[in-house]
Amino acid sequence: MEKDEKTTQVFACKGMKCKEMLEKLSEYIDGELDPKLCEDLEKHMADCNPCLIFVNTLKKTISLFKYASSEPLPKEVHLRLHDYLKKNCQGC
Amino acid sequence: MDLSDQVLVDKVKNGDYQAFESLVTRYESKVYRLSIRMLRSPQDAEDALQETFIQVYRGLSGFEGRSAFSTWLFRLATNVCLMKIRHRATEPSRLLPLEDYLPRQEQGEIPQMVDWTDRPEEALLSKESREKMMEALEKLPPEYRAVFVLRDMEGFSNAETGEALGISVAAVKSRLHRARLALRGMLSDYFERRGEIRVRESSLEA
Repeated sequence: MEKDEKTTQVFACKGMKCKEMLEKLSEYIDGELDPKLCEDLEKHMADCNPCLIFVNTLKKTISLFKYASSEPLPKEVHLRLHDYLKKNCQGC
Repeated sequence: MDLSDQVLVDKVKNGDYQAFESLVTRYESKVYRLSIRMLRSPQDAEDALQETFIQVYRGLSGFEGRSAFSTWLFRLATNVCLMKIRHRATEPSRLLPLEDYLPRQEQGEIPQMVDWTDRPEEALLSKESREKMMEALEKLPPEYRAVFVLRDMEGFSNAETGEALGISVAAVKSRLHRARLALRGMLSDYFERRGEIRVRESSLEA
């Protein structure tokens, strides 16, 4: 039953289609989209819950990856690097 | 006062090895982080780090300063990582086609979506989730991974990313978009599965 409601919701979207919207999402997230298209896209999202969730999960994905790995340089890797360079850069 | 990159570069060109060490110290953490993100393996990342700075030292005499030193350095580092990936004995089939992670549209319909964004940060950024993210990143074809790492993880602009990879801004945008969609797809699959497990566990407890 719930699926039928959502399907109807998608088909009820006016103006911009879901696929057109998907193509523009990165530009939208990066604030590079033409203001008119931006407005169309926001109107579309107001009517289309799957697209709204798609945008939210896309934004969250980008922000999570910023924290996915920020490993500090291990001290021993730093020491080995400087040693290696000293040995190998002589007479370069 | 810290000397600018350009002043240090000029000193290295005049044979000042200390100045080279200062440049290495300034950038080694960033190059290591980029390498880990590109290669995942700490051993490969360390090799890439050493190789990059050797190439920097050897190439500095030819560096004319048309781009910033840091852009040139990251271009070298990214290329070293891409070469390492190409030399891995990876079967091409291991690289998943990006189309798999675009929402499948049948008759104009977008499939049902699960919104996992409101889950607590500790679940979204658990050790397991972070492992999954690095796995997902590794599944991206290297050229897409490089764009995503530089642009979204390292915070380069489109122009800087293009310069570092030797591609146009339009190509950066197109690869970035596809990489983001693919990663979103992989992460959503994972969080949706985690959500189902959580629901099953809580119903068992109840």
